[in-house]
Amino acid sequence: MAVTKTYEEINEKIRRGEAVVVTAEEIIDIVKDVGVAKATEKVDVITTGTFGPMCSSGAFINFGHSDPPIKMTKVWLNDVPAYAGLAAVDAYIGATELSETQGMAYGGAHVIEDLIAGKNIKLESKAYGTDCYPRKEIITYVNKNTLNEVYLFNPRNAYQNYAVAVNSSARTIYTYMGTLLPRFGNATYCNASQLSPLINDPYYRTIGIGTRIFLGGAQGYVAWQGTQFNPKQARGENGVPLAPAGTLALIGNLKDMSTEFIRAAIFHKYGTSLYVGVGVPIPVLDEDIVEKASVSDKEIYSTIIDYSVTQRSKPSFGRVSYAELRSGKIEINGKKVRTAPISSYSKARKIAETLKEWIKQGKFYLQQPIENFSLDQTFKPLEIVNEEEI
Amino acid sequence: MAKRKLVLHFPEESIEKPITYHLVKDYDLIPNILRAHIDENEGTLVMDLKGSAEQIEKGIAFLKEHNVRIQEAVKDITIDRDLCVDCGACTGVCRPEALTIGPEDWKLNFDNDKCIFCELCINTCPVRAIKLLF
Repeated sequence: MAVTKTYEEINEKIRRGEAVVVTAEEIIDIVKDVGVAKATEKVDVITTGTFGPMCSSGAFINFGHSDPPIKMTKVWLNDVPAYAGLAAVDAYIGATELSETQGMAYGGAHVIEDLIAGKNIKLESKAYGTDCYPRKEIITYVNKNTLNEVYLFNPRNAYQNYAVAVNSSARTIYTYMGTLLPRFGNATYCNASQLSPLINDPYYRTIGIGTRIFLGGAQGYVAWQGTQFNPKQARGENGVPLAPAGTLALIGNLKDMSTEFIRAAIFHKYGTSLYVGVGVPIPVLDEDIVEKASVSDKEIYSTIIDYSVTQRSKPSFGRVSYAELRSGKIEINGKKVRTAPISSYSKARKIAETLKEWIKQGKFYLQQPIENFSLDQTFKPLEIVNEEEI
Repeated sequence: MAKRKLVLHFPEESIEKPITYHLVKDYDLIPNILRAHIDENEGTLVMDLKGSAEQIEKGIAFLKEHNVRIQEAVKDITIDRDLCVDCGACTGVCRPEALTIGPEDWKLNFDNDKCIFCELCINTCPVRAIKLLF
């Protein structure tokens, strides 16, 4: 009989301090040494991690009420506009929003990092004034201790695989995949590959709505499927998508986070983004879980995409494994091309290790998804049409 | 054989002189031009100069005679380890491979000797951890 385990059994082992927890890197060698069946018996939880720029990130904030009160219509945090089309003193600050005074040198991502760091933030707001909210403007200072709720709510994080970016044109281009040198001068990639959460649970068996996770140094949750969720992306025989596929919407308390695992990023001539550290524990429910999670870089492939083509559909230059990408050089059309990561593998490792320690010390318990994601959905483009054509 | 890495600043009147030729011909030096640039102010050459220590000194004296201003290791690329997240984005634009990242630890390495001060890494760093010191 093949071994199976339940969430309750694994959590009970965590409670007793007996859970065997390994990282998604460590499970590779364990399976190589003892095989899937033995590894399933031996290991209870496999931890994953990723630390990359994730533009679709931001934070909800409640400022509290001033005297007299204001129904904030326009809000700026350190001169970065926040969205305030909500109740009186709620706002959402998005990572890619740029400062109206500093441009790309400072954005919503920096506001988020500064809030986590405990720094004071200038809050400016304007309003039209109502009978119940008579104040029309306010300038004051806030920090994470003066604010009510401040929580990260990121609509799209932890992409399950991503493209390899190259530039076939004659000029340097500046993208969210970094600076791409002309005529295939370099190739950048952005994934924690064998450590990445959704690569290790490719069909989202244990990662769904309600899964408890590591988010930015705190405990957070999977809130929903991420935007642009695309489970029908082409997959290899091992089930791992060959290009961007699944995504996660994540939520967590910003006040508990650390700037070690959340950092503002600037992509030159592109804009700001947020480095988000995410770790997801994968419970060893059965042999299939272990087999999928023991995938290594040489079995994980990505697709090389030409970012100099400005159309939605960009030409591809074939597939390449993460083992090749991590070797520092790949070959495209017979030319040796230098590769560079955009996401931090050493931070991904730190996150998987930290999560492992939390579980071993009984500080973190596994939460079974309340609902799993549907595999039967597609990622639709936006067509430009007349009202009659839709 | 000695080796020096120099940044040479040429005033307008020296831009058209075949100075590198004289370093080779008259002083038996091996210049390796790492970077050359002329802007609205001056000409700049970053070069490795190989040869006997004595000849290098003579070559430098010759350069000074022609009003070439010489900086030696004056520019320094520094990486603020507290800011760096070891993403590796900078290694993609570093053609001389002074900046590298990889197994086992996936931490950023910087080899100052290989740096040609092209400065491409500075704006490429997403967390602005790389700075140019004068």
